[in-house]
Parts: sequence; C-alpha cells; structure tokens
Amino acid sequence: MANMVREELLEKLQAFDSGKENANLEGLVDSLMQNIGDDAVETNQKILDEIGSVASYIHDTKRQLASLRPDEIKSDYLPTAADELDAIVGATEQATHNILSAMEQLEELADTLEEATVSEKINGAVTQVYEACSFQDITGQRISRVVNALQHVEQKVDKLLQAFGDEPVKGVGGDPEKPTSKRADGVNRPDEDLCNGPQMEGKGVSQDDIDALLGFD
Amino acid sequence: MSDVDMNMPILIVDDYKTMLRIIRNLLKQLGFNNVDEATDGSSALQKLRGKQYSLIISDWNMEPMSGLQLLKECRADAHLKDLSFIMVTAESKTENVIAAKQAGVNNYIVKPFNAATLKKKLIAVLGNF
Repeated sequence: MANMVREELLEKLQAFDSGKENANLEGLVDSLMQNIGDDAVETNQKILDEIGSVASYIHDTKRQLASLRPDEIKSDYLPTAADELDAIVGATEQATHNILSAMEQLEELADTLEEATVSEKINGAVTQVYEACSFQDITGQRISRVVNALQHVEQKVDKLLQAFGDEPVKGVGGDPEKPTSKRADGVNRPDEDLCNGPQMEGKGVSQDDIDALLGFD
Repeated sequence: MSDVDMNMPILIVDDYKTMLRIIRNLLKQLGFNNVDEATDGSSALQKLRGKQYSLIISDWNMEPMSGLQLLKECRADAHLKDLSFIMVTAESKTENVIAAKQAGVNNYIVKPFNAATLKKKLIAVLGNF
C-alpha cells in the first residue's frame, strides 16, 4: 500500500515538476488524502493544526521584532553608543595627560624649594595624584569591554535582519556564519580565556591574596 | 648604602600611555631614571633583544602580544630567561595569578596600585634601595 502511494505521488510530482501534465497541487493533495486512512487523516490534522499555531506564533513574533526596528538599532543606536564610549576614553585620556603635565611641573618646582618639609609635602601630594590618575587605565579597559559587548549585540542584530530577509550592512557585522570569538572584534590570542579585564569590587583577588598565592613579599 | 644600581635600565610596557607616564614618574620619585617604554609585547621584545635591561615592568592585557606571552617569550630566550619581570595588571583572577606564576613571573601588582606597593615589590625583586 505504502509503495503504491509512493509511486503515485512520485509520478504526480514528476509530472508537476516537468509540466508535461496539467497537474496541480490541489490534485496532488487530493490524491494523498485518498490514499491514507481516516485515522491517519485525523492524526495529520492535529499535526497540521499544531504547525499552524506555531506558524502563527512565529509570524506574531516577527511582527513584534520588526516593530523594535532592528535596522535602526544596527545603523544608528549601536554605532552611536560605541562612538560615545570611544569619545569618553579619548577625553579622559587627554584630561589625564593634562593633569600629569601639571603635576610634573609642580614636582620640578617643589625640588627647587629651599624648605625640605614643604617640598616633601608637595611631592607626597603629587604622588597621590599620580596614583589617582591610573583610573584612566581601569575605566578605559572597562569601556573597551562594553564596546566589545555592543559589537556582539550588533552581530546578533545583523543575524536578526538576515532572518527578516533584509540585506545585512556590509563591513559592519562581519560574516554571520563565522564562529563567534569571545571578542566581537575577532581578535584571538592564546591567552584569550585569561583576559578577563578589571574585576568588579569584591570579585577579583586582592593584592594580599595574590602575594599569598605566589608566596612573594 | 643601596644594594641596587639606581641607574639600571628598566623597560616599562603598557598600551595605555597614561600608565606608562604614571609608572615612569613613580619610578623617578623612587630614584630610577633610566627608563624606556614600549606599548605592547612585540615592541617590548624587540627592545629587549636590542639592549640589556635589568628589569621589565609589564601590563598583561595588550595586543597583539600580551604581557603573559611576552613573559613566556622571555623565559624561553636564553638571553632573557633570567630577566626580572614584574606584571602590573588589572587582571586579578586567581587563574591569572597562577598562569603568571607558572610562566615564571617575579612579582605581580594588581591595578590600581599605589607608590608604596610599587616600592615594596621592587624591593622584593631587586633588593633594598
């Protein structure tokens, strides 16, 4: 029985494909329905209903996602956010250099003072400013990680746009089929898995813990 | 009397120019004035092979060659294997410290750090000054 159905379907499909016979899909479906039993029809109907409800769900989801305008997120919001963060890094770096320049001048002046105690106090304060200026390195690293995360989101949005059938923006999202590296910019190093960046307060190990681990003074 | 040659050549390596400047200034305050700079592992390695340094103070997270890779390169090089190497980094996970230790680091300073910590670590590696 199954073989007969198979042969008949095959024959009709071939005819439909080649266009030699005036076949149509409706005829094909009718033929299929005639060759399967009532029980099977009932079971298939349930499957079809389920498929229909899944299709409807997918359609609704696509509509909702489209309303979020992923194209705008990709073309406007994400690049703007990355640019703004880059600008923050640049501005804080420049400001830090200005502060350091001023401190270096102050340090030179302090060395010319006759009163040693005043000179020492000034140098002590200058040292504290040097120490404080290292914030720029830490914040810069944190912001770089946020920029990497944004690039990752951008890649995902790119895939979403492709799923909608839109042309991905060239040169921004990269090859969507390429395996995603830990870093969205694709830079990989042998110790990539160890580049965790600055840790949040209380998350990393302290200098004392490090000294204990290493057995150093 | 200091045990340490205060004129020893020191190479500091960091991809943040502000950090290079800060470390250089702190070293100067401690009396070390013979300091060169590099902004990543590869350029540091080039300098290390062109001049004899007594100490390297390096960041970890740099590209294309990280501080850990630089450390491994040094330990694998017959001329650089005994060079004193201090890692100064924001990487503060236990696995990082262990990886650096296994690679042969002489000391490890976690950022942000202060002048007192830098001095303490320099004394631990170089001796009293």
